[in-house]
Amino acid sequence: MHIVVAIKHIPSIADELPVRHNNIDFDSVDFVLNEWDEHSIEQAVLIKEAVGGTVTVIGVDVIGELDNALHLALAKGADRAVKIAAEEPGADSHQQAKWLAEAIQNMSPDLILSGVQASNDLDGQLGPLIAAYLDLPYIGGTSAIEVTNGKAMVLKEFPGGIGMRYEIALPFVAGVQAAPKPPRYAPVSKVRQIAQTAKVETIEPGEGESGGLRFLKMAPPVVTGHAEMIQGTAKEIAARIVELLKSRGLL
Amino acid sequence: MSGDVMVITEHMEGKFSDVSFELVGKARELAEAFGGESIALVLGGGVDASVFASHATLHVADAALNHFNPEAYARVIEALVKERSPRLVMFGWTVIGMDLAAWLSGRMGVPCVAYAKDVRVENGALIVSSQAYGGKLIAEVSPEGEMAIVACLAGSFPAEAGHGSTQATVIPSPVDLGGLKMKFLEVIKPEAGDVDITTQTKLVAVGRGIGGKENIELAEELAEKLGAVVCASRPVVDAGWLPRTRQVGKSGLKVKPKLYFMLGISGAPEHLEGMKDAELIIAINTDKKAPIFNVAHYGAVADLFEVTEAMLELL
Ligand SMILES: Cc1cc2nc3c(=O)[nH]c(=O)nc-3n(C[C@H](O)[C@H](O)[C@H](O)COP(=O)(O)OP(=O)(O)OC[C@H]3O[C@@H](n4cnc5c(N)ncnc54)[C@H](O)[C@@H]3O)c2cc1C
Repeated sequence: MHIVVAIKHIPSIADELPVRHNNIDFDSVDFVLNEWDEHSIEQAVLIKEAVGGTVTVIGVDVIGELDNALHLALAKGADRAVKIAAEEPGADSHQQAKWLAEAIQNMSPDLILSGVQASNDLDGQLGPLIAAYLDLPYIGGTSAIEVTNGKAMVLKEFPGGIGMRYEIALPFVAGVQAAPKPPRYAPVSKVRQIAQTAKVETIEPGEGESGGLRFLKMAPPVVTGHAEMIQGTAKEIAARIVELLKSRGLL
Repeated sequence: MSGDVMVITEHMEGKFSDVSFELVGKARELAEAFGGESIALVLGGGVDASVFASHATLHVADAALNHFNPEAYARVIEALVKERSPRLVMFGWTVIGMDLAAWLSGRMGVPCVAYAKDVRVENGALIVSSQAYGGKLIAEVSPEGEMAIVACLAGSFPAEAGHGSTQATVIPSPVDLGGLKMKFLEVIKPEAGDVDITTQTKLVAVGRGIGGKENIELAEELAEKLGAVVCASRPVVDAGWLPRTRQVGKSGLKVKPKLYFMLGISGAPEHLEGMKDAELIIAINTDKKAPIFNVAHYGAVADLFEVTEAMLELL
């Protein structure tokens, strides 16, 4: 059982997002691992623990700092880490998926996982694009994947707490919404140790092909409304809120 | 290449989702701008497909499509799009559309715009506004080429314009639906038993800012004092701090309480989908740029623990 997890290094939305030339000013933002990739990595390791096999984590190194994320994945139980050294912070999902699909094809995976979405997936997510390029089916929004005898039982989430179960013949691509368990924690000491000893394989990117979106403008949303802001200390804010609730008959 | 706009509708348990009507209404307008027709595509039986205001409705009533099957849907849509060469294919950016839009884009080699909030035609060119980076930025993009795919966030357009009674034309599946790798097995309904957050008049909603399971109690205490019930954003539920029955948003429940009091929730589009119609929204967040402040009626840039403690002293 070979599970490949395709991850994405993306601008952190926790910080300011300065814009330059109709796109993010990539030089002035931090890059982080897409939060759903933590779930896809966890899902992969859970399957490995259940049925054996190996987990390969692969991502496009868009700014040359992917090693941290790869080391973390290794510390959590992945066996092999691969980066595609593109150093193109603006590489879109199509471009990244093309590179990834090419590399993954040579790995003969039984199952490919990705995060269900990333906040910079303007041209779509990696998972379905990789599936399209490899001529495989794709299912996203998964919250549990179990593998037995060349098949997977997959639970996909729908709104309102509804789930649908599918039986899927391997190989296929899944976009993980959540692993059945919260992503495990890897102690810093272990990550440090791995950073010193682990080998991250490097692949040079082949031909990429962008998703064909021309960027005309990027800006914070034009706000039609904004909250009336309550100023002051926590006590003053609390007092004002209580007063507000009383005046509305909510208390 | 035609000027047609094709909408991939979605339904569950015999009912079309609102987003289907929203897209059909928008598609009519766009098709007129392109000099083509709006075509609603309905996949699967067990629904009355003649409910749209589209110029035409195509219905592939094959039983293999009754329940959403990503592989079957993808293959049928791919074949129909190839056959009809529409100018634009519209999906909802939903748990269904998210499985299909980018896959189709990769297969067809045509651009795809996700997280779309607005779609318009200017001087013949297609322009899409897309809500990227968790709602912190809006990107205006123009897809190159003669065909494009857009996946629109639910709630982006009025649904009324999409309701109608265009007689659906039943067509056979353009592809063989035998021998698929994906097999639908069953629907699993949520367990009943917990409080129903959709019927509450007051909700205290906690987000990742609450920091840990041990802090939920504080929110519970505040909720009790307010006569409210605690609900949560998705990460709180994924972390196991509250049960799935308390989740508000795209993959959770839609709520419309009189009071929605938010502690440490950023206001991601997926959360907003579930609560933006609440009558009074008050948000506490330490990030003054948190998108939630564009939606809340009242807000405070403050530490949720300090504000909660201070409120508990007053109540
Ligand atoms: C297909 C799909 C479906 C989804 N469905 C849902 C859904 O149904 N519901 C949902 O909620 N999400 C859903 N999401 C997830 C969504 O994209 C966001 O990740 C999520 O809403 C973020 O939750 P949050 O605001 O709690 O966390 P974050 O975005 O991490 O925000 C935490 C906030 O807390 C603030 N904060 C931190 N500490 C404090 C403090 N001490 N005091 C005050 N503020 C503080 C921070 O400034 C930040 O704004 C879905 C995602 C996908 C891909």
